[in-house]
Formats: sequence, C-alpha cells, structure tokens
Amino acid sequence: MDPINFVILAAILFAIGSAAVLLRRNAIIAFMGVELMLNAANLSLVSFSRIHGEIDGQVMAFFVMVVAAAEVVVGLAIIIAVFRARQTISLDEPSELKG
Amino acid sequence: MSFVTPVIAWAPLAPIIIVLGAAAIGILVEAFIRTPATRRAAQLALALASLVGAALVAILQWATLDGAGTVVLEHMMVVDRQALAWQSVLLLFGVLGTLLFAARTRAGEEAFTPLGAVAPGSTEETLARRKGMQLTEVFPLALFAVGGMMLFTSVTDLIFLFVALEVFSLPLYILVALARRRRLLSHEGALKYFLLGAFSSALFLFGAALLYGATGSTSFDEVGAGIASATGLDTLILAGAVLVVVGLLFKLGAVPFHSWTPDAYQGAPTPVTAFMGAATKAAATAALIRLVYGALYGLDWELSWLFWTVAIASMLLGTVVALVQTELKRMLAYSSIAHAGFILVAFAGFPDSTLSALPFYLLTYGLATMGAFAVITQVRERGEDGTVLGEATRLGQWAGLGRRSPWLAASMALFLLSFAGIPLTAGFVGKFVAFSAAMSEGAWPLVLVAVIASAAAAFFYVRLIVLMFFTDVPDGQEDAVAVDYSPLARVVVVAAAVAVVLLGIVPGPVLSAFENAGVLLLGAAG
Repeated sequence: MDPINFVILAAILFAIGSAAVLLRRNAIIAFMGVELMLNAANLSLVSFSRIHGEIDGQVMAFFVMVVAAAEVVVGLAIIIAVFRARQTISLDEPSELKG
Repeated sequence: MSFVTPVIAWAPLAPIIIVLGAAAIGILVEAFIRTPATRRAAQLALALASLVGAALVAILQWATLDGAGTVVLEHMMVVDRQALAWQSVLLLFGVLGTLLFAARTRAGEEAFTPLGAVAPGSTEETLARRKGMQLTEVFPLALFAVGGMMLFTSVTDLIFLFVALEVFSLPLYILVALARRRRLLSHEGALKYFLLGAFSSALFLFGAALLYGATGSTSFDEVGAGIASATGLDTLILAGAVLVVVGLLFKLGAVPFHSWTPDAYQGAPTPVTAFMGAATKAAATAALIRLVYGALYGLDWELSWLFWTVAIASMLLGTVVALVQTELKRMLAYSSIAHAGFILVAFAGFPDSTLSALPFYLLTYGLATMGAFAVITQVRERGEDGTVLGEATRLGQWAGLGRRSPWLAASMALFLLSFAGIPLTAGFVGKFVAFSAAMSEGAWPLVLVAVIASAAAAFFYVRLIVLMFFTDVPDGQEDAVAVDYSPLARVVVVAAAVAVVLLGIVPGPVLSAFENAGVLLLGAAG
C-alpha cells in the first residue's frame, strides 16, 4: 500500500483530535483529543520516514512518545486536583475567571 | 550496521547543564532533607547559585566568543551570540523570579500552597498549614523551566524544539496550579493553560511532521534548503510552516491564540505570573526568530499575511479589552497580549535588525513585568481583625496607594510608563528599536497601528497611576488595604526600577551588546 495513505489517515486523525479539543467540554475528553493529535503526528512521522527511506522519523516518534507520557502525568495531575476541589471536570463549570 | 557516536561540544552547553543539573540535584534535596526550613534554605541557595553561576558563564562565553559560534550535537543546536544573549536575559529573569518565589509576607506567608495535592478547604490542608509544611519543589521546577527555555533559544531542529518546548512548559503548568490563596482560580487557570498549551504543542508537532515530510529533514538549515528547492509540495510546506508558527504564537500569547493568557495570569500565584510573563515571552520570541530566520525565510511573502494579521489583531484586541478590565492581573495580561503584537511588528518583512532589536525589547518588557508583579505581591487586603490577607488586585483597592507607600506606588508608575513606552523609560527605547526594524522593511502601516495602539494603551496605564496618586481612599476603607514588606520582593522591585531607568536614559552599552548579538550562525540573515 502506498505510504501516502497513512499520511492522509494521520491528517484525518489530527482533525478529529483538534475538533475534540475545541468542541468537547469534558476535560478528559479534550485531553484525549490532544493525545490523538500527538499520535497523528507520530503516524505521519513514521510514514514520511518510510517514504523517504530513512529512520530519522521513527526515532523522532520515540521522543514524541516520551514527551506525551510526561504530558499525561502533569495533565492528569491537574485534572484530578480540579476534580477533588469541584467534583466535576467540565470545562464550562469552572467559571471564576471571566472577561 | 555500525553506530556512530555523535560528537558533542560540551563547553558551550555549560550554562544549560549547570541549570538543569542543579534542578536534578534539587529533586534529590527534596528527598533527603526532611526539615522544611532547612530544605527551603538549601533549595533557594542551590537555585540562586546555579542561576547566577550559569549567567556568569553565559556572559563570559558571550564576551569571549570568537567566530560566529559553535554547532553542538550535529546541527541539533547552535550556541552563537544570539543564543547566549537570550540565555543571559532568561537567566536574569530566572534570578529575579526565584527571589520572588522565595519572598514571604511579614507574617511569614508564602505565595505557594503548603500541599498542592489536597483539596482547597479540606482538613488535610488545614493540618498541612498547621504543621508548617512547605512546597519547596517550586525551586527545582523553576530551574527546569529556565533550563528548558535556554534550550528553546538555541535549538535548531524541529523535534528537539518540541522537546524543549515541553521541558519548559510542563513545570509552568504545575507552578500555575500552586497558589496559596484563591486555589480554585489557580486550578482553573492551570487547567486552561495546560489544555491550550498541550493543544498548541500538538499543532506545532504536526507542522514539524509535515515539514519533515516535505523536506526530508527536521534540522532548520536543511528544511530551509528543502523549502527553496522543493517543487509541487507547496501545500504541504505551507501547512507545515503555518502550523509550526502558530504553535509558537500560542506560547507568545498573540491573538487569536491568546485565550489562556488572562486566565493563567490571573489564576497563577503572582511570583509565577511575573516569571512566566517575562520569561515565556522571551523564550517564545527567541525560538520564533531562530525558526523564521533559520528555516522559513523562503516563505516570507506567504507568511507575511499571518504575521500582519496576528500582530494587528493582538495590538487592537489586547488594548481594547485591557481598557475595560477591573482586575489588575487580568489587565496586565491583556497588556501582555498587546505587547505580543508589538513584538510581531518587528517581524514584518524579516529585517536583519530584528535580531538585535527583539532581545532588547524583551529585556525591557520583562524587567517591567517582573517589577510590576513584584509590586502587586506587596499590596494586600486586610481583614476585619487587622490580619493581612491575599493580594488586593481589584483596581479600586489601589486608590490612594501613593499616600500609603509613595515609593512603591512610584515604582509601579514607572513600570506602567515603561509598558506604555513613555520616553526616558526602558520601554520607549525597546519600542523604538522594534518599530524601526519594521520601518526598515517599509512596513509603515503596521508601525502606524502599533503607535496608535501604544497611545490608546497609555490610557489604562495612566488611569492606574491617577488612581494611585490623585484619588482619595474611599471613606471607611482606610484599613481595607495593607502594604506588606518583604525584603526579597523589595529587592526585585528596586532592581527592576533601577534597570528600567538606566536602560531608558543610557541604553547605549546594552544596545551595542545586543547589536553584536544580532547574528545567527545558521540561516539566511546576518
């Protein structure tokens, strides 16, 4: 199969992920959208690496995975702190900050 | 397949290694020193020593650098004069920020919660407070942030840039969530900052992947060469370039990627706001310069609409919305959005003089930001029984501050005038060099908007000055506001005020130092 198809799939996943971040009001779902975007980037890195016939892109995907894991740790910690304080993780609910 | 060991030039990395190494040692200190007071003293000493040491090394390297600079890590990173200038500026902000982090009120209250993990108002929190627990992790976190920002200014590879972006962003997300008072606000600010920050780094990463696909490399010089020689890949290259630039504009806080700024600024503990406001903007600008001048210079015509629109939108929206704010930290957040627009003005047409103008602009802007937020930490509400409470950030509470504490109010006025760009303050010189860089490429409509926006912005800065000096304290409110005294915060205020005045009156030596730094080792310009 032509590897460019995977790049198109990655673009579709990226669009779905960004739509989830921008439209969904649940912090966890929005965060899953971010993870989907990062994985879409990984998929395109790997397929481009295949197209170019070198391994640079695959090595980069590892870096991205490590960074994504670190991001999950910090993100979930913040979301849990918010949940403990408010018993909700809706992004509409916390509305002390306005203007 | 044989593995080739990369050649690493360690010496030019010394400032970054010192800061990140000290941050790692700070984590060990956290584990091994049990007594909170000792631990706090050790962390503070370690942080200050490493930041000052790294600053000395960076300035020494800058002064003694012969030739253009050093390529470190096989084109992953470049340590040239531009990088060392930015690193010195960031280390200065790091030192001032650490002093603010350590500042306490007269009653010994810190800016940070004693235990970040427990719910606000819970019994655990009360217990932690009573036991005198302290959150000393903030110092290593700040060191990680400074180290990541220093990397961010020197990296010349898209994927490494992404890693550096996260290295400095992740500690900041945590720091924003750690306010001692108004913790719900702090959590909310951190959540919004985190989600939008993660979103922007994902945009950046996908853009980097597209550029890698189009050019077959992620290193800036090869991407730049690939953009010049590629045929039939225009859409891919343009989409990648726009996404990468947008990712950095998020960090800069420019419209329409600004929505995290007011919330994070208001919710964060004020010392963190000061550090974040000054240092994140500097790091994002430095990376944007290196990216645009190192890789995307071939797209100057295609990207100019993006820079023009975003610059004009940031200046107008930042100024207009700041006019109607009644909360001080939020007002300064919108003013920072307007300043993001002023920074982008200097990118119009990608002139060479931007390379020396923007480090100076960000130095002046950062010093005024540090000073202004340091003043905010000192003006506090007073309870019925006379105890000093949290910061008084409603504008009305600042009425008559000039009479309570003339020097503090005068330094706040100085920082506000510097934001506004009034002559004889550092902000004026900063704006002048940034706008003349844009003028040199004939971007006069943009400079015109910038000057009008500066004039309009002066209105809300002056409004606060009038409030402080020429408005009486409302009747019955005489005891509602207290001016606190913290030696460390006062040191920051005085240092920032002196620097703002000096850079405004005799900017020559510093300007010529940055003039000398306006060269990139790799890239089209310089």
